[in-house]
Amino acid sequence: MISLSRINVTFHIGSRTVDAARDIDLEVDEGDVFGIVGYSGAGKSTLVRVMNLLQRPTSGEVIVNGQNLMALRPRELRAARKKIGMIFQHFNLMTSRTVYDNVLYPLKSARIPKKDKDRKVRELLELVGLSDKLGAYPSQLSGGQKQRVAIARALANDPHILLCDEATSALDPKTTLSILDLLRDLNRKLGLTIVIITHEMQVVKEICSKVAVMEEGRIVEQGDIVSIFSDPQQPLTRDFIHTATHFGQTVEKIMSHPSLARIGEQDLLCKISFVGERTGEAVISDLASRFGISANILFGNVEILRQTPVGSLIVVLSGGRVELEKALAYLHSLDVDVERMPAPSTFAQSGGERIG
Amino acid sequence: MKDWLNQYLPNVMDNLDDIWESTYETIYMVFMTSVFSAIFGVALGVILVATDKGGVLANKWVYGILEKIVNFFRSVPFIILIALVVPVTRLITGTSIGMNAAIVPLVIGIVPFYARQIQNALLEVDPGVIEATQAMGSSPIEIIFRVYLKEGLTGIIRASSVTVINLIGLTTMAGAIGSGGLGSLAINKGYNRFQLDITFVATALILLLVFVCQFVGDYFTRKSAH
Repeated sequence: MISLSRINVTFHIGSRTVDAARDIDLEVDEGDVFGIVGYSGAGKSTLVRVMNLLQRPTSGEVIVNGQNLMALRPRELRAARKKIGMIFQHFNLMTSRTVYDNVLYPLKSARIPKKDKDRKVRELLELVGLSDKLGAYPSQLSGGQKQRVAIARALANDPHILLCDEATSALDPKTTLSILDLLRDLNRKLGLTIVIITHEMQVVKEICSKVAVMEEGRIVEQGDIVSIFSDPQQPLTRDFIHTATHFGQTVEKIMSHPSLARIGEQDLLCKISFVGERTGEAVISDLASRFGISANILFGNVEILRQTPVGSLIVVLSGGRVELEKALAYLHSLDVDVERMPAPSTFAQSGGERIG
Repeated sequence: MKDWLNQYLPNVMDNLDDIWESTYETIYMVFMTSVFSAIFGVALGVILVATDKGGVLANKWVYGILEKIVNFFRSVPFIILIALVVPVTRLITGTSIGMNAAIVPLVIGIVPFYARQIQNALLEVDPGVIEATQAMGSSPIEIIFRVYLKEGLTGIIRASSVTVINLIGLTTMAGAIGSGGLGSLAINKGYNRFQLDITFVATALILLLVFVCQFVGDYFTRKSAH
């Protein structure tokens, strides 16, 4: 659906050059909800603008809906853009037009009867749940309502793709969820391919089927959401996931309060991660019954990503050295990922508190 | 009442016809100049915004040249500009004196100012909105007419009322080429003949015109803002 290959974007700001995108290859398939995450300045917004050529890349190839956008004449490019919807962080509605007229705007140059345009506008506003706001001006709407109008406007020409540039970043958490629900609906009902740019992993977790992580103009990691969440390869990806799951914060809290952990000399502090049907509880009880190992669960978290549970536990395993070895081998054989964690004292040091 | 006026504004009462005629001349010059300036000024302002760096029809050369022309005419003092453009005035109106002749330098004097005001008003249109319409596949012409001129309307009205008020000021100088109007009335009949009451009444009438323009401008500015 969208295929970017070897994309480079270089800006010249005075004497400085900034590489906003470096050698990026990206495939978005039909029906995907594709998330691109990264901190601000990573080049996400530049990359999404390459997809409708609002930003012309310095080099590379952009194929969307089977068309090589770079080779199109201006008129053809405008026609292609009508089939690529886009929504923005700050909604970008026209303040001098009513909700109705904002949604009508993209249909103005379409050669269809007035009556059909009217019907289309009403259908779209019905679809986003704003049928009662036809005559309102954007200044009279809440942020979530404005974004709904923007979505209706973006869908006016029946696009195959919807690009979302930080579309929920200016919204509160509850409104964010309702907008994401709407996007998910559109993805399912209309088969709309959606690309979401965001700095919030929560958003990705909520709705995306695939994700790419960006840093300094590069994609450092990409894959389907379950494998990225269950087995992140890059430190940056882990960072993002930990912020989304509050995992990092919790670990730090546990480590800076050794009384919570109560870790003995022989004990093993580790993080157990599992994907799919195998739940943590079964594993833990197995350890007790098979190897006589007690597991003190300090923290547990389960996310449901695309109907697949992805969980992680932080546990203190105590038992004999031999039993522990056996237990670890057993877990390994179950394809449960076990990661030993450094003892609390090292954490405490970095946290500025030394334990005797 | 009449006695009172005769006592305190004797010269005004003797020259009432002149005062009405001068008022008409000023209004005529302001109106005609506004009509022409509205066309050229808005067009020039739009072209400046569109051809500016990052504009919908970005063109370094067109922008650079127009900008220099605008700056040049804005820098020439109006009283000198009147003399400077006499050849052009003669070419267009066939004469270099009188009310109609004055309209040529007035237009040349006010258009660069108005164009700049329009440019600033249009630059206030949210760039995000422009980007959104580009993403929707709007052409540059559609963006200019359906977005810039519509979204920027409040700013355009405000710029227009400021410009008309400025223009009223400029018409008073057009008296230098025999245009008539309240400015030349105040100088020729009031100042030169020591008839202070005429100067006073001319001033009051000009102020009245300014207030009316201000009021009308504010009214439409408010009405257009959502």
